[in-house]
Amino acid sequence: MTTQPVSGFSRHQAAFAGGIHPEDHKALTSEQPIRTLALPELLLLPLAQRFGAPLETLVSVDQEVAMGQLLATSSDLRSVPVHAPASGRIVAIDGKPGSQQISLKAEDNRRWGESPLTGNPFTLESDTIIQRIRSAGIVGLGGAAFPTALKVASARSKHCDLLLLNGGECEPYLTCDDRLMREYAAEIVAGARLLARAAAINQVVIAVEDNKAEALSALREAASAAAEVRVAMVPSLYPMGSERHLIHTVSGRLVPPGGLSLDVGVLVQNVATARAVYHAVRFGRPLIDRVITISGGAISQPANLRVPLGVRISELISACGGLRADAARLVNGGPMMGQVISNPHQPISKSTSGILALTQAEVQSGDSAACIRCGRCVAACPMSLLPLTMHATARAGDLDGARAAGLDHCLMCGACAYVCPSHLPLTGVFRAARATHTANQQELKRQERARLQAQMKKERLLREALAREAAKAAAAAAKPARSSRRGAVAAVADTAETVSPASASEGES
Amino acid sequence: MIRFDPISGPHSHSGLSTRQVMVAVMLALLPATLFALALFGLPALTTFAACCCGAISAELLGCKLRGQSLRQAGDGSALLTGWLLALSLPPSCPPVIAALGGAFGVLLAKQVYGGLGHNLFNPAMAARVMLLISFPVAMTQWPAPDTAFAHWLLSEAPYLTVDGLTGATPLAHDAAIASAPAASQWPLLLGVHGGSLGETSALLLGLGGLWLVIRRQIPTDLPVAVLIGALLPAAIAHLLAPTDYPSPLFELASGGLMLCAFFISTDPVTSPVTSKGRWIYGLGTGLLIWLIRRYGNTPEGVAFAVLLMNALTPLIDHWMPMRPFGSSALPRQKT
Repeated sequence: MTTQPVSGFSRHQAAFAGGIHPEDHKALTSEQPIRTLALPELLLLPLAQRFGAPLETLVSVDQEVAMGQLLATSSDLRSVPVHAPASGRIVAIDGKPGSQQISLKAEDNRRWGESPLTGNPFTLESDTIIQRIRSAGIVGLGGAAFPTALKVASARSKHCDLLLLNGGECEPYLTCDDRLMREYAAEIVAGARLLARAAAINQVVIAVEDNKAEALSALREAASAAAEVRVAMVPSLYPMGSERHLIHTVSGRLVPPGGLSLDVGVLVQNVATARAVYHAVRFGRPLIDRVITISGGAISQPANLRVPLGVRISELISACGGLRADAARLVNGGPMMGQVISNPHQPISKSTSGILALTQAEVQSGDSAACIRCGRCVAACPMSLLPLTMHATARAGDLDGARAAGLDHCLMCGACAYVCPSHLPLTGVFRAARATHTANQQELKRQERARLQAQMKKERLLREALAREAAKAAAAAAKPARSSRRGAVAAVADTAETVSPASASEGES
Repeated sequence: MIRFDPISGPHSHSGLSTRQVMVAVMLALLPATLFALALFGLPALTTFAACCCGAISAELLGCKLRGQSLRQAGDGSALLTGWLLALSLPPSCPPVIAALGGAFGVLLAKQVYGGLGHNLFNPAMAARVMLLISFPVAMTQWPAPDTAFAHWLLSEAPYLTVDGLTGATPLAHDAAIASAPAASQWPLLLGVHGGSLGETSALLLGLGGLWLVIRRQIPTDLPVAVLIGALLPAAIAHLLAPTDYPSPLFELASGGLMLCAFFISTDPVTSPVTSKGRWIYGLGTGLLIWLIRRYGNTPEGVAFAVLLMNALTPLIDHWMPMRPFGSSALPRQKT
């Protein structure tokens, strides 16, 4: 990708309005072949995942485990199992409930514990493929971390007709997908065909940005034998990797706001996920490693590394020659959508695609000034929203105003903040505003539940009082009538009244 | 040092700053400004300096009164306001009046609203209108270009001027010019004639504006819309009644139309933020300029047209529907 002139109102040929051309910094690592990281001594495997219930451990402390052995699983389909990335010994299972992790003292990662599957995977039933994807613990490796088996199964039930492999990698700095496509094109194509088979789709498009010529030619060669697989070149434009934008660019289909790609018949998967699927289905191998780009101006030797899951970020950095003195910020992911790393001793997850150490010059975090309403954010927004209005309203606490300007549809891609000449922390404000809105909604739901419960309790008490009264009346009918009974019923009804207003007012506060 | 603050992404930036935006506009104004200063000499220079000084002093005062850092005055916006005001004034304007205008524009049309980004009206144009109403005589006297440079230019290239028009702003004489053959109107573009500082060289202003467009510092749609809005009705009227209405070329080359199209209507603060909104705003501004010139009481209509459209900007922004990407896939909803 060529560097554009100082960004302003962009005028590029593209399939969608907006988008930006950030400086890509990919040359730092794009010519670095994937190296395998020497096995670290300690691997940390968290049991809580982004989706679904926390896992239950199947192993105990001091137990010897084999590479690829199942360590923890759950019956919840939205969580995926965790396997041992290396053979070794479990040294601890600790942490608070809900955020537990397994600590594995790794010894060897050259021999698989189980005998590999054999046979032609392309004759397998769809259900078998999905089952193997699920038991391999595969999630979307592009960053979403959504369980792949679940997505494929729902693509099948929704009768999707297009599998789109996302090789966009539009985030600056990251080149791990690029390297994978260059070095493992055949495995990616095979994985794509297996995914298509599992989802009963007979049309596959692998979309790659036009700044990755070598990846394109490698994939084209690998796909030449497969009639159903087409390799498409898309313009390099951020955020081309966004599902709805890639879908529109490749197929012309529009995902309605609030809708999913599956709604328009497209199953989108990352190229690295496809490769993992190939290994899971062909060889029965669980997902225990991934390729990560370690880059940034403050990394001494930027690289693309194949690393076992559970390796700590600090060890990745030291494997790349350590940090330079001018390191200003550590980022998990790409510079546009990545998160600041608060603790470098935490492990990477399945969805970590990059670790960046950026210098102050790269971050360019200027002090923010007043919005001058220049509209660059509006021109840059790939969702055609009004970032400046969202920002002004959210800052003023007007969440409804922010939602009217598009808060619900924001991708948090950061294009607006990237071009803002006033250096406003637009994306940060949107994140906070959306979190507040979600919390408000949950609070409203909770209050509604409380109100319903109070009402039901009131009705139940009344019902019980009436039943008691009826019973007493029946008893009284047998005996001579006494006038004081009626007073007792009124007292019970009063109790019900005094209970409910308190609960109701709590519900409304 | 590594910072572990809970900072949100993006962890990268284009590097563009508000100051750079302002500086780019000033660079684009520079050729036309230097040309005008060379034509009109010392009085023009004092007018220009007085405007800028007035504007910056008012900015400093405003920041101080609002309890803001005085460094805010260094963002270039006040200087640009003073600069644009100076270009809209006659070169003979007394420095006191010019300084008053600069100070008024920044203090009462910008700082009282809350500073940069919060003003409803273009500060330079608000100041220009205030001066026109308060000092009508000083604001409507245009001396002929009378420096050594102007004389040299005229003697070397007499074709650069329009006959008999070295005096007042050509807009005051449009009836005479309208009847003149079109070929003799070309020199207006180059601007060796009387008029406000920024009226002199439409050509240099246009080139500066074009540079801004190419550098993507200003949106393309605004200048195009302003020019269409003013020149289309001018062309139609000229075709229907050539003796009553001057040609579009004359409209383009005289007065502040070029300055307005590229530098005044493109003030980000007071123009709409969406492309559609900018088209409405630009077409409206252009049309109003032409209407005021042809049917109004003042020879020039740029300032009034811009202020009128400024007042509409919040409405235009409010009316522009926000349609997220993919909305056209939804069935049209009745609201």
